[in-house]
Amino acid sequence: MSLKSKSISSKSSLNEDERLKKISPLRVLLNRPELGALGGSILVFIFFGIVAGDTGMFSAYGMLNFLDVSANLGIIAIAAAMLMIGGEFDLSIGSMIGFAGICIAIPAIYWGWPLWMSIIFAFAMAVLVGYFNGIMVVKTGLPSFIVTLAMLFILRGLTLAITRLITGRTQVPGLRVLIEDDPLAWLFATDTFKWLFTWLGSLKLIELRTDGTPLATGIPPSVIWFIALTLFATWILMKTRYGNWIFASGGDKVGATNVGVPVGRVKISLFIGTAVASTIFACIQVLDAGSADTMRGTLKELEAIAAAVVGGCLLTGGYGSAIGAAFGAIIFGTVSMGIFYTDVDTDWFKVFLGAMMLIAVVFNNYIRKKVTESK
Amino acid sequence: MSDYLVQFNNISKFFGKVIALKDVTMRLKKGEIMCLLGDNGAGKSTLIKTLAGVHKPDEGEIIFEDNKIVFDSPKDALDIGIGTVYQDLALVPLMSVTRNFFMGREPQKGIPFLKTFDVETANKIAADRMGQIGIDVRDPSQAVGTMSGGERQCLAISRAIYFGAKVLVLDEPTSALGVHQASMVLKYIVKAASEGLAVILITHNVHHAYPVGNSFTVLNRGKSMGTFQKKRDF
Repeated sequence: MSLKSKSISSKSSLNEDERLKKISPLRVLLNRPELGALGGSILVFIFFGIVAGDTGMFSAYGMLNFLDVSANLGIIAIAAAMLMIGGEFDLSIGSMIGFAGICIAIPAIYWGWPLWMSIIFAFAMAVLVGYFNGIMVVKTGLPSFIVTLAMLFILRGLTLAITRLITGRTQVPGLRVLIEDDPLAWLFATDTFKWLFTWLGSLKLIELRTDGTPLATGIPPSVIWFIALTLFATWILMKTRYGNWIFASGGDKVGATNVGVPVGRVKISLFIGTAVASTIFACIQVLDAGSADTMRGTLKELEAIAAAVVGGCLLTGGYGSAIGAAFGAIIFGTVSMGIFYTDVDTDWFKVFLGAMMLIAVVFNNYIRKKVTESK
Repeated sequence: MSDYLVQFNNISKFFGKVIALKDVTMRLKKGEIMCLLGDNGAGKSTLIKTLAGVHKPDEGEIIFEDNKIVFDSPKDALDIGIGTVYQDLALVPLMSVTRNFFMGREPQKGIPFLKTFDVETANKIAADRMGQIGIDVRDPSQAVGTMSGGERQCLAISRAIYFGAKVLVLDEPTSALGVHQASMVLKYIVKAASEGLAVILITHNVHHAYPVGNSFTVLNRGKSMGTFQKKRDF
């Protein structure tokens, strides 16, 4: 047995480049941007496993609860991460969420549009807003921080002004009845794998209500969107030409232009990406709550950027990963929900959020130095 | 067909009131290394930027392979085979050797709309090309930031040649390098020329220019002081 394994290893080493120093798997991992967030997630789970292991946090219902929160944040964090890799910021994500919400609600409730049409309308507006952000940044050369900060105020103001003008209020309720039989709304409003939970419930493996139906009814749509978007973004970044262009545009704009990368087009498409992700977020939230609120999504842009940074994105662009941002979102979601299961006052959540981000930035900075270190 | 691969005939370029270039004439043959010498502000950069398609000349003409050419963008110049390596090299330190080598021109595979970046092929070509110039890229997925200045310069030159450059324009390739690194780059330039490329080498450093150059064009205050041959064996 030992003889056999020896002959295999000597054969494989023949095929390898003998000048290539053996790098330990740990070292390879250290060079990946998502390492910090992955380690952080594991630590967070261990922490809550110890502190809140005997509460309901890790029951099916509890897990779906914090996964839902993580997934919602993750949807926008992934888009924000891709934009950051491309070298830009989008501070209008939160306002876009509120704006998209009323773009769905007002046509559907006040103008009598079918729900699917208002959803398409909201996505069309998102493309427009993203395109406008992108073209402003690309054409004027102004920092995206400034351009999208302006958009943050404009969109929030528009949301409030239009809603009050048309409805006289700041909330638009009454959407829930429209969801049924809508050809599009189910994409954002259906729990999946219900059979699995029913089955698990019948085996008494998960908690049941008093009427015998499981407490957790299915995987919420946010989680499906979150997983799909993480895979899609990772595929784009690692496996496609466009992904290479994103890294190049963020890493060195002038250099990328000189070798023929359409930097402007790449950046505009990434801005459209964040606006569309905000609209996905809005669809899920609005259809879940059954109402749109003008203040929905407030400060979400900062949480998305924080998750992306914890996930290994550099603020200067050109480096980062979608998986990292996904784990960043999981950390925040888990802690924000998990804190309810502990004795800690929830007021401390923001303290944790800030500290986590600070540690992440210091760690990322160190990694970048390592990566670019001359030999 | 004339002997010359590329000719600048009486090129002038004005920026407002400033005369950046006036009646500059310069001709290059295949396999020739021409050194473009001159002080700061002599017009060296303006001259190569007109060749690279960044500026359009206001007077005069550029003739490439016996055709008069007008470039609308740097991409046009790249497409017909004029590869310019600027001082900043257009390399992204955080990206891998392969991703830099193929930046903007990634090989693809797969079905339409789902095409993927063919990383295996790209890795192989990049390692191969770097190997040919004696740079042993042990791991093409290592970040360019880990390479030395000379290696980065060679990577940028190698990339220009791989993507079909017939005329190689090098802007101060040795200025930021130590003695050993500079000699590595100069050797590579000579090798490239011996394979039939025309090279325009812009430099401040006469000690680097003289050993490798076949001819020397001196610019001063936007005018050419003439082209001088070292020897006529090409």
